[in-house]
Amino acid sequence: MSSTPTLPRDMRNTVLPGHAACHGCPIPMGLKVVGAVFGDKVILVVPACCTSVVLGMHPGTAFNGSVIHVAFASAAAVASGISAGLFKRGVRGVQVVAWAGDGGTADIGMASLSGAAERNDDFIYVMYDNEAYMNTGIQRSSATPAGAWTTTTPLGKKESKKDVTKILIAHGVPYVATASIAYPHDFYNKLKKAAGIRGFKFIYLHAPCPVGWRFDPSLTVKVAKLAVETGMIILYEYYDGKIHISGPSRPLLDKSRRRPLIEYLKFQGRFHGISEGELRNLESYVDSSWEWVKKFMQ
Amino acid sequence: MVLKSLTGNYAVALAVKMARVDVVAAYPITPQTTIVEKLAEYIDGGELDAIMIRVESEHSALAAAYGSALAGARAFTATSSHGLLYMYEWVNWVSRARVPLVMAIVTRTIGPPWNIWTDHSDYYEQRDTGWIQGFAMDSQEVFDMTLQAFKISEDPRVYLPVMIGLDAFILSHTSMPVEVPEQELVDEWLGARTQGFIIDGSEALIHGALSSPEYTEEFIKDMGKAMEEAVEVIREVDYSFGRTFGRSYGGLVELYKCSDAKYHLVLMGAWAGDAMEAVDTLREQGYSIGVVRVRYTRPFPGEELYKALSSSKGVIVVERGVSFGSMGPMFLDIAGNMLKYSRKLPYMRNVIAGVGGVNVTYKDFEYIAKETIDYIESGEEPSVMTWYHARRSK
Ligand SMILES: Cc1ncc(C[n+]2csc(CCOP(=O)(O)OP(=O)(O)O)c2C)c(N)n1
Ligand code: SF4
Ligand SMILES: [Mg+2]
Repeated sequence: MSSTPTLPRDMRNTVLPGHAACHGCPIPMGLKVVGAVFGDKVILVVPACCTSVVLGMHPGTAFNGSVIHVAFASAAAVASGISAGLFKRGVRGVQVVAWAGDGGTADIGMASLSGAAERNDDFIYVMYDNEAYMNTGIQRSSATPAGAWTTTTPLGKKESKKDVTKILIAHGVPYVATASIAYPHDFYNKLKKAAGIRGFKFIYLHAPCPVGWRFDPSLTVKVAKLAVETGMIILYEYYDGKIHISGPSRPLLDKSRRRPLIEYLKFQGRFHGISEGELRNLESYVDSSWEWVKKFMQ
Repeated sequence: MVLKSLTGNYAVALAVKMARVDVVAAYPITPQTTIVEKLAEYIDGGELDAIMIRVESEHSALAAAYGSALAGARAFTATSSHGLLYMYEWVNWVSRARVPLVMAIVTRTIGPPWNIWTDHSDYYEQRDTGWIQGFAMDSQEVFDMTLQAFKISEDPRVYLPVMIGLDAFILSHTSMPVEVPEQELVDEWLGARTQGFIIDGSEALIHGALSSPEYTEEFIKDMGKAMEEAVEVIREVDYSFGRTFGRSYGGLVELYKCSDAKYHLVLMGAWAGDAMEAVDTLREQGYSIGVVRVRYTRPFPGEELYKALSSSKGVIVVERGVSFGSMGPMFLDIAGNMLKYSRKLPYMRNVIAGVGGVNVTYKDFEYIAKETIDYIESGEEPSVMTWYHARRSK
C-alpha cells in the first residue's frame, strides 16, 4: 500500500467550520479523514463522548453526513441494527461507521462491541483513543496508560493500558487495524480497505488530547507522531491471520530506531513527575507490545 | 381464517411474522424465550424474510432494534423482568426518539429472590417511559394486539413505540384457540411501514444531538401530545380491526357485565378471565357487579374509566404490583385521571394481590368482591388499600 496517496481535497466539506472542539482537538482531524473517504455517504453512530459535543448543537451541525447519537454503551449495537435495516431494505453504498471513544469502547461499550464483532456484523468500528473520559472531565479509562495523571488517578494510574486491538483480533473478525491522527494517509487507506470488506472491521485511532494530556494545543500532531516514533503506538493491520506492519512503524521493528520513550512523555503534563520505576514499567509495556506484534507477523 | 391452538408466546411470534417484520433483535429470558425461538425458526426456515440480530444482551437488543427501525425497517423485540430492567436506558431512548417499534413484555416478577412467575411490576415500572402500553388477556388478544401495535406505533399522529404485556406462563405457555386471518388481509389492513424520518444516507440527517433546554422541552411536550392523540388512534385501530377481522375489544377498556352493575372489579391481564368467572357466580348470588378490564395503561383511558366508574357504589382495583410506600400504580392512575372529569370520586378500594406470581383464582375474586361489597352495604369503611393473601394450596 502506498503511504502517500493524495487525500481528496474536499475532505473539509464533511467536517464543517464552527464545530465545538477544543483547540488542537484530534477528533475533527480524524473525522475529516472519514469524510475524505465517504463524503456524505456515511452514517456515524456516536455514543456519549467528546464527539457528541464537537459535532455541534441542535439545530446546527458541524457534520455534513448523517449522525445518530446514541446511549454510551451502544454504538456497536445500534450500528448492527442500522446495517441490518439498510441491508434488508436494499440500501447500498452507504457506510455505517461507529465512532466511539476509549471509554465507550474499552469500558462500558465492550460487551456490545464484542457482540457485534462475534456476529461479524457489517460496519466499521472506529475507536478514537484519547486515553481517558474527556467529555466528563478527564477521568481514567481502562485505556489510560500506566503512570498517567487523570482526575480519578491523581497519583497516576497504577494499571496498564488495556489493548482493545488485541481483544478484537481474538474475535477473528476479517479486518483489524491501528491508526493515528498524525498519519492521515495511513488512516485513509485503512478506512478504504475496511470499506471494501464485508463483515466487522475495527480500526483503532490514536488521538492525543491537549486538554486531558496537558500539552500545548499546537502540538497534537507532534505528540501523536512521537507516540508512533517511540514505538508506544504501533501501526499495523491484521487480516488473513497475520499482522502486517504499516509504513510508519515498519522501521521500528528494529528497536534501535525507536526514539526514547521519554521524548513522547515529556510534552505531556499528565506524566510529569513519573518515577523511574513507572518509566521502566512503560518501556517494558512498549517492548512487550512489539514482541507480541512480531509473533503475529509470522 | 384458520383456527390454531397457540400459546401466548406463539401468538406473539405468529403476529410478528404476519406483520412481516424486517428485523428481530432479542435476547432470551424465561418466560419470553419461546417467542425468540419461534421467530428464529420462522426466519431460518424461510417462512419469514427478516434478519435476526442475536445480540449479547437486552441493552443491545433494543439498541439494535432501534438502529434498524431508524434505518426504515419494521423491528421487533421481546423481553421480561430483568431483561426489561437491563434495557431500561434504551426503553426511554427509543420513545424520546419517536421511532415506531414493537416490544412484547412477558411479565415476570423481579428478583431477588429469583422468581419466574407473573406479576406486573416489570410492566408497571415502564409507565413513565413514553411507550404506549397495552396488556392482553388471552392468546387471541395477544395476537390481535401485536398486529394492532404496529399499526398504532406507525400512525403519523403517534410515532411512539408500543409494548404489549402478557402474563408469564398463565398466558405465555398456555395454549388456547386463536383465529388466524389470511396473510393478504393482514397485509392490506396493516400496510407498509411509515415513520417520521429515516436515516439511510439518502440525505444527511443528524439525530439526538446536544440540545438546549427549550428545544428539549418542545420535543418532550410533543411526546405528550402524541400520547393524547394515541387515545383516538387506539380506538380507531380497534374499530377498523373489528371491521376487517371481526373482532374488536371496545377500545382501551373492555367492559364485562357493566351496563347495570353497581360494583366494579377493575384489573388487567390474564386473571381478568378469572374475575369474569367470579362475576358470573356473584351475579347468580344476587350481587350487582361487573368487570372493567383495562387494555391500555398508556395512554391511560381516563375518559373510559370515568364513564364506566363515576356512578359506581364501589370500585375494587386489583393489582399484581405496588408502588412501594404508595399504592398500586393503576389505582393511582385511576384516581388521578378521574379527577380530570369530576372533583367527586366514587368509593374506591385498592387490593394488591398475586404479587410474586401467587396464584389467584376466581374464588379469590369472589372473596375480594364480597368482602368489599358487604363492608359498603353495611355502612362500614374498609381500608382503602389492602394486601390480599390468596388461599394457598397446602
Ligand atoms: C450510561 C452512562 N454512564 C455515564 C455517562 C457519562 N459519560 C458521558 S461521556 C463519558 C466518557 C466518555 O469517554 P470516552 O468514551 O473515552 O470519550 P471521550 O469523551 O474521551 O471522547 C461518560 C462517563 C453516560 N452518558 N451514560
Ligand atoms: S477534551 Fe480533548 S478530545 Fe475532547 S474536545 Fe477537547 S481536545 Fe477534543
Ligand atoms: Mg476518551
